Amino acid sequence: MRSLVLIALLVSSSAFAQTIKIGELNSYKVFPAFLEPYKKGMELALEEVNASGGVIGRKLELVTRDDGGTPGDAVRVAEELISREKVNVLMGTFASHVGLAVSNLANQRKILFVASEPLTDKIVWENGNRYTFRLRPSTYMQTAMLIPEAAKLKKKRWAIVYPNYEYGQSATASFKKLLKQAQPDVEFVAEQAPALGKIDAGAVVQALADAKPDAIFSSLFAADLQKFVREGNTRGLFKSAVVFNLLAGEPEYLDTLKDETPDGWWVTGYPWKEINTPEHRKFRDAYQKRWKDYPRQGSVVGYAAVYTVANAVKRAGSSDTEKLVEAMKGLEMQTPFGPIVWRPLDHQSTMGAYVGQLSGKGGKGQMVNWRFADGAHFLPPFEEVRLLRKD
Amino acid sequence: MTVLQVRNLHKSFGGVRAVADVSFSVAAGELLALIGPNGAGKTTCFNLVNGQLAPDSGSIDLQGKNLVGKPPREIYRNGVGRTFQLTATFGSMSVRENLQVALLSHARKLGSVVSSLEQQTHAEADNLLQQIGMQAQAERPCAELAYGDLKRVELAMALASQPRLLLMDEPTAGMAAAERTELMQLAADLARNSRIAVLFTEHDMEVVFRHADRVLVLCEGALIAQGTPAEVRASALVRQVYLGDADLEPGHA
Amino acid sequence: MSFSSVLIQFLNGLASASSLFLVAAGLSLIFGVTRVVNFAHGSLYMLGMYFAVWLSERVGFWTAVPLAAAVVGFLGLLIELGLLRRIYKAPELLQLLATFALLLIIKDAALWAWGAEDLLGPRAPGLAAAVEISGGAFPQYDLLLIVLGPLVLVFLHLLLTQTRWGLLVRAATEDREMAGALGVNQRWLFSSVFALGALLAGLGGALQIPREPANLNVDLTVISDAFVIVVVGGLGSIPGAFLAALLIAQVKAFCIGLGFSKATLVVEFIVMAAVLVIRPRGLLGREATIPRGPGAEEPPLRPLSPLLLRALAALLAALVLLPLASDGYVLVLLTDVLIFALFAASLHFILGPARLHSFGHAAYFGLGAYAAGILYLQAKLPMELALALAPLAAGLGALVFGWFCVRLSGVYCAMLTLAFAQIAWSAAFQWDGLTGGSNGLVGVWPAAWLASKTMYFYLSLLACALAIALLWRAVHSPFGYALRAGRDSPLRAEALGIDVRATQWAAFSIAGLAAGIAGALYAFSKGSISPEAMGIPRSVDGLVMVMLGGIHTLTGSVWGAALFTWLQDAAARNVDYWRAAIGVSILVIVILLPRGLATLVQKRA
Ligand SMILES: Nc1ncnc2c1ncn2[C@@H]1O[C@H](COP(=O)(O)OP(=O)(O)OP(=O)(O)O)[C@@H](O)[C@H]1O
Ligand SMILES: [Mg+2]
Repeated sequence: MRSLVLIALLVSSSAFAQTIKIGELNSYKVFPAFLEPYKKGMELALEEVNASGGVIGRKLELVTRDDGGTPGDAVRVAEELISREKVNVLMGTFASHVGLAVSNLANQRKILFVASEPLTDKIVWENGNRYTFRLRPSTYMQTAMLIPEAAKLKKKRWAIVYPNYEYGQSATASFKKLLKQAQPDVEFVAEQAPALGKIDAGAVVQALADAKPDAIFSSLFAADLQKFVREGNTRGLFKSAVVFNLLAGEPEYLDTLKDETPDGWWVTGYPWKEINTPEHRKFRDAYQKRWKDYPRQGSVVGYAAVYTVANAVKRAGSSDTEKLVEAMKGLEMQTPFGPIVWRPLDHQSTMGAYVGQLSGKGGKGQMVNWRFADGAHFLPPFEEVRLLRKD
Repeated sequence: MTVLQVRNLHKSFGGVRAVADVSFSVAAGELLALIGPNGAGKTTCFNLVNGQLAPDSGSIDLQGKNLVGKPPREIYRNGVGRTFQLTATFGSMSVRENLQVALLSHARKLGSVVSSLEQQTHAEADNLLQQIGMQAQAERPCAELAYGDLKRVELAMALASQPRLLLMDEPTAGMAAAERTELMQLAADLARNSRIAVLFTEHDMEVVFRHADRVLVLCEGALIAQGTPAEVRASALVRQVYLGDADLEPGHA
Repeated sequence: MSFSSVLIQFLNGLASASSLFLVAAGLSLIFGVTRVVNFAHGSLYMLGMYFAVWLSERVGFWTAVPLAAAVVGFLGLLIELGLLRRIYKAPELLQLLATFALLLIIKDAALWAWGAEDLLGPRAPGLAAAVEISGGAFPQYDLLLIVLGPLVLVFLHLLLTQTRWGLLVRAATEDREMAGALGVNQRWLFSSVFALGALLAGLGGALQIPREPANLNVDLTVISDAFVIVVVGGLGSIPGAFLAALLIAQVKAFCIGLGFSKATLVVEFIVMAAVLVIRPRGLLGREATIPRGPGAEEPPLRPLSPLLLRALAALLAALVLLPLASDGYVLVLLTDVLIFALFAASLHFILGPARLHSFGHAAYFGLGAYAAGILYLQAKLPMELALALAPLAAGLGALVFGWFCVRLSGVYCAMLTLAFAQIAWSAAFQWDGLTGGSNGLVGVWPAAWLASKTMYFYLSLLACALAIALLWRAVHSPFGYALRAGRDSPLRAEALGIDVRATQWAAFSIAGLAAGIAGALYAFSKGSISPEAMGIPRSVDGLVMVMLGGIHTLTGSVWGAALFTWLQDAAARNVDYWRAAIGVSILVIVILLPRGLATLVQKRA
């Protein structure tokens, strides 16, 4: 009985406080390397927003949940956030299929979903819906960011290696299409699609070497990437071929390579130490002060995701879903990577990424010769996108 | 009338000749005993007849129908019931349920997914239980029964299908002397009244000579003698190869 | 492929084979003697990797490797003494549940101890470079592995054939009861075998660190590879495991070499299915005596006592009234519980009364779910019709797969079901046009009149309660008796005219159909369907639910499903290391209630 009263009190007090609740769900235990920094980024942003008085006079509240890494569990967790926690916004997810499942639920239950991490193009295009917005530069965008450098090299024989699931498949498809456009005489001489997390690196490296490529496009990451790099180094695969690897410059993946870091690879990533724009410097200082650790790519995403919600609420002047959705369309805001716009057309933010080369100097991986690639410049023309979207 | 006719049956396991050129027949209403020392090939003969094993050569006919190559369940459908030397019952079921399964199988009603074990088989099962004198134990799981009781249950299960040929592999093992007589008397009555052909093995010579109409003597897979109990008992050959001494007198098991 | 690349791919295959063999050998030893399907074997391997990386930084690679192996071996000993020893006599597969709990705990412990980041180990000093072989480069270290595999094989062979300990191990592998009767001190034997198996796993992991970073996902990858190898080789056969490792590693290397890299997703399962269909006991497996420990005795079925019946009716009434008093989420959670209860009950239907072990029951759940999604999205059928027809697809799948599976028994049968499930999974994963590939299908929502949580809950309640009741009925029907007859004594059953295989086949199909109902309901409750629905974890979840509830009663599965689903939900929400929390809860239940939750209910009733 007493506990009932207590619950009643809690419920009513939270109702009076009128916080804006963000229901965040992510695969914390399946992808901890990426999501621990992500969580820290979120918490930092939350503290900042609330320290400055919250938004529209209300505090932000973050309710985080582990989604177990499967769509089925994620949907259940999202339902809990919606119906029990009564959150105003859903946010998060990492793997593409989980993101799509939650996006699909958001559409059904009519609640704003800020998909922070998932990279799949489909979440804003083929399966895009009114309630879903995606923050990170997509697979397509990051692939497109590598194209100018790839085309510049005028290499003819390309080999491709990718993890065999949607991310790797669509990265490969986009890369082939875009490179062919930029350099019609290109030839794709080998394609290897090992199962995610199970690359048989020795055999894959040998098979690629057999094709005698001038260049290699890879979308491997995490353990697959490390195995590939070590085997490739030992077997001398990278001596004769330039490598382009999506995401490999992100500290989450790069840092683990240490003295194996191959020199000269073109990658997308996040050279956190060297970005000295005022907005990034401010973020980095605050993050290091708060967490006694340096920021990773995930930190930036988590941080920007919370600010996205804060900005949307501010712009909507309300926490009403429909108003929030309208406010998200065309929302302009600042992030550690500079200003972004949330495109009304497909709900994709124009957040960019850094393109550069790897260097293993001093036994530690870092990005050199990097430049910022603004996401806005690496999206297909409006007409193409409009055709893809069904709504 | 001949129920089972076995001709020139052969079966070897690797180098061991378990059954070698065995021929015999059993008539309806007849109790035929198959005896022989341990490892003589008795159980193997049973397994060949009931389809558990396939013979290397030879023929097995049940009322003119060839049984060779048929699986046990089909041979059962042709009217052969058996008990096992090492009893085989359904341990997780009660005695009555064991019999009900046997009855339902005979009636080809085991395919039903929605009905429950029928009342009718309940009564029939109790009838069988009464025959083997186990009404009191109807509800007990078979896993808990004593060995002798299990033998009885096996017999009842074999009888549930009203077989034309009954194979009993050491049916009285694990029973006291009085029980043995009782059980064999039951088998004999059944054979006489229902015209069942009964083939059984037995180590207890008293049981054999008292109940069998005819006796087959197997040694190292080969049939070395056959005839009435009196003839077999008198056979010097049997004495020599089977027992090596004069232990064939009744009362000396 | 040029000669040089054929040669190098062959060497690649040999090196991988050695790595695979080390883990598989340990697993095979352990299974052969203790009959424990050690789910945590991959976790021991993972620990070997982490310890080796950690120790390398302190004492150097070459010292770290044997040290890590020894530490893991010692851990194995502790696990055997502290946990497994208590449950050898428990029902079959309970050890599987316990080792599954260990897997969860070890994963979180490693995360806690070494952090989330992958740890790339050092190269092996002295063997860091490559040698030139026929114009191609080949790592020196891999040459060492190529030699090491056969060396370990020889060592184990000598150990098993030339020592008294080995004699006892072989005796126990071939006939456990007999070994017991020979006066073998089983306790000591089991402990030492488990420790040796763990040590081999740890050694395998430690030796792998120059080739692969220590990471938290390796446990599951390795355990599934190791199972496949052990079964393909023949349970308990060490040379068989070696042969199987060679076969599978070479097939994989050449899939990659010849440009069929996508096939590596399932090729080992295809190999396993083929081997098992042709040789039901693996390459070198022998007809083992069926383990019938005390735990294998099946208790009789009991009719529902009036009290339990009343309790069930009350529960049902409470469920019917629940939507009046809930916040919506309870309905969502309970819908999940109902669906998994049916899934678990359908698995129990073959696991319990038929003792057909299945590690791949998710295949039928997934087939039902995908069929629902495809009928609804692609064939544009109305939702109600899609829901009604989808289970038939699962039933059909079970009919086809079941025909092969019922020909095997025990772990072989289980692994064949797993192989089929993985093949179905990979079809779902790769068949983009039909199944949406790795992303799956989205937009699978119920018709408007069923769309509210309350209505969908009622639909699930109706369908699941009805299906479970029918399964219960079937267990107690003549068919159910025939099924149990075949389980209790196949010999007697056949002699009574029962076609044991056909009965099992029918049961397998019915179970598939029922799992398909659960799957179809699941698809529409989530709005989407992805390959996970038929992945190994889902099959394992099913087993866990059945074992938690107790293998001996169908209703146990329902309690097991409820508890496990609730545990997952509650733990994931409230505890940081929720996997470990679930693991510990399972262990507590395993030790306190080895016969499952159902014993609690039965005691009361
Ligand atoms: N499945 C089998 N595999 C190999 N050898 C077998 C098999 N079954 C029986 N044998 C051998 O065949 C011979 C005959 O055995 P069988 O069991 O038929 O003898 P039996 O007359 O029934 O003996 P007992 O009186 O001990 O029951 C024996 O040498 C036995 O070892
Ligand atoms: Mg015998």
